[in-house]
Amino acid sequence: MAGWTRHEGLAVPLPLENIDTDQLIPARFMSTPRTQGYGSFLLYDLRRDGDGQPGPDFPLNRPDAGGASILLAGRNFGAGSSREAAVYALVDAGFRVVIAPSFGDIFASNAVNNGLLPAQLPAERIAPLLDGGPVRLVVDLAAGTIVGGGVSERFSLDPVWTQKLINGWDDIDLTRSHTDAIEAFANARRAGAPWVWPAAGGGGMP
Amino acid sequence: MAPPRTFFDKLWDSHRILSRDDGSALLWVDRHFVHEGSHHAFANLADRGLAVAHPELTFGVADHYVPTRPGAVPADNVARMIRTLGENAARHGITLFGQGNPRQGIVHVAGPELGLTLPGLLVVCGDSHTATHGALGAYAFGIGATEVAHVLATQAIWQKKPRQMRLVVDGALMPGIGAKDVALNWIARLGADGARGHAIEYDGTAIRALSVEGRLTLCNLSIEGGARSGMITPDETTLTWLKGRPYAPAGADWDRAAEAFLAFAGDVGAGFDREVRLCADEIAPIVTWGTSPEEALPITATLPDPAREPDEAKARRIAASLDYMGLAPGRSIEGTPIDQIFIGSCTNARIEDLRSAAAVLAGRRAKVPGLISPGSAQVKVQAEQEGLDRIFIDAGLDWVGPGCSMCVGMNGDLVAPGKRCASTTNRNFRGRQGKGARTHLVSPAMAAAAAITGTLTDVRKLLEGRT
Repeated sequence: MAGWTRHEGLAVPLPLENIDTDQLIPARFMSTPRTQGYGSFLLYDLRRDGDGQPGPDFPLNRPDAGGASILLAGRNFGAGSSREAAVYALVDAGFRVVIAPSFGDIFASNAVNNGLLPAQLPAERIAPLLDGGPVRLVVDLAAGTIVGGGVSERFSLDPVWTQKLINGWDDIDLTRSHTDAIEAFANARRAGAPWVWPAAGGGGMP
Repeated sequence: MAPPRTFFDKLWDSHRILSRDDGSALLWVDRHFVHEGSHHAFANLADRGLAVAHPELTFGVADHYVPTRPGAVPADNVARMIRTLGENAARHGITLFGQGNPRQGIVHVAGPELGLTLPGLLVVCGDSHTATHGALGAYAFGIGATEVAHVLATQAIWQKKPRQMRLVVDGALMPGIGAKDVALNWIARLGADGARGHAIEYDGTAIRALSVEGRLTLCNLSIEGGARSGMITPDETTLTWLKGRPYAPAGADWDRAAEAFLAFAGDVGAGFDREVRLCADEIAPIVTWGTSPEEALPITATLPDPAREPDEAKARRIAASLDYMGLAPGRSIEGTPIDQIFIGSCTNARIEDLRSAAAVLAGRRAKVPGLISPGSAQVKVQAEQEGLDRIFIDAGLDWVGPGCSMCVGMNGDLVAPGKRCASTTNRNFRGRQGKGARTHLVSPAMAAAAAITGTLTDVRKLLEGRT
């Protein structure tokens, strides 16, 4: 995963609360291998009318939202399932940043693990952007700022996540450098709490 | 003297391998459950050429995609998902409870039931309802695919310590009211993101009085209020339930473990970042009316009216939810006609759930169709030994096999567009049970009541003279 520090792009407002993971990607698409790309699944049902055609009024379908890479949304974005596919759908559709008053906890950590910034901005600060049309914004990760469309705001993000996004850290490589510490811990754990390692096959059968 | 610690503090400390200057800690994982959805993580591992670090602590369960109807031929993509899990488990030496295995079930039903989940363990799974396992006193939380790959490769996970919230429910629940109602009650009060960033510890006399099944339901729904984990300090109820289960320690090992399990209790004077109190006596049967679990009300209430809502954004949200659900503002919730019911899922498919539904259904006929899917193969066997299956079948409902089934619809058990389902599941999200499906979350007893009358109904009326 490549790190990044600054992103300039088109921000499209989606003034809805509780956009959950089932809306971000309906379950029926989740058996697809990632290599096929998840972008076309993003908000699949929400973007379409009853007859399955893209709704012309849906913010992401409007011609002036083409090429958007920043999504503005209401509170509790990404609530629900742990499906990382919700993040894949956003990333594969070209999004680098989601700005919302709050995020589902698991969604937010999944986002950071895929280079997608979940930038938190209080509802009253995001309101002017949510009420308008698409607008160009500049997001500076290191400075923690969002500038454009007549606003200049500081967003909140856990500093651990800021560093991870900037450096493009891969946790597996990082953690594998601690293998000795992990295995020493495992040995102590096994001595102190042997029941953590269950008997193979389980003992009996209720 | 060391400062007093909460139950959660003790679990955190006992799993910390190392800490980073930035405040994050590398935690040891005692138990890792994988399912069909873990295919992204196994692919990640394969790309890196890595092995599973501790396959003996990793267990696979087929649940999300397994067909529940006898003789059903799964669609190609569904069959592929189940097959891929089997291949990955075999490749890495992971014990698998696959389709047809007598120990198979929904991971959050089977794990506790097999004694794989124990007090004091750190449990993770690539599923947001992993908090369920906290009912037995484990620190359990759902993780995404990148984190699943990380745990497979290292048996550890990076976390920042969450804030802590104590949710106390004192008093006694009225007959017909269960853990599901308690959970939806607090979620409606605090909001679907009300406990975001917090680890919840449930406590109070009403919580202590809950069976382990009830506790599993309560902890299961923690994520619907935004909390990644929810837990209950182990007590005698926990130990009695666990003793003798296949993977639980036995003999002298059990005695030693049981002593350790009880020692996790939080110290007197340990502080929480936040405390919320509910009175159990005031909790009525709850039903959701909208498209988020926070949109829930007592069955005795009327539907909200956006015209009476002063907050403009909130009014818009209410109107949108009512529109999707096909409901008129201001009307009574009770009496709303439904098309079908579903009793199942990691929330409400344990033996007690089935018993509470059967208590309402016994000797009665359902007016609408319904699907009842037990949480595991073992729950199915037990229910059939108790004759619960006869009650369901005689009522005109379908009694099928175990799996996630109609909660998430991945296996093809779907609610048709526009149809209204009283469901014992955990999410009333738009399209969750199928495109255009309308879900009302309820307890198993309330789902049974809805089946009998064909409408959303206060189950207490149908329990008169029965309890």
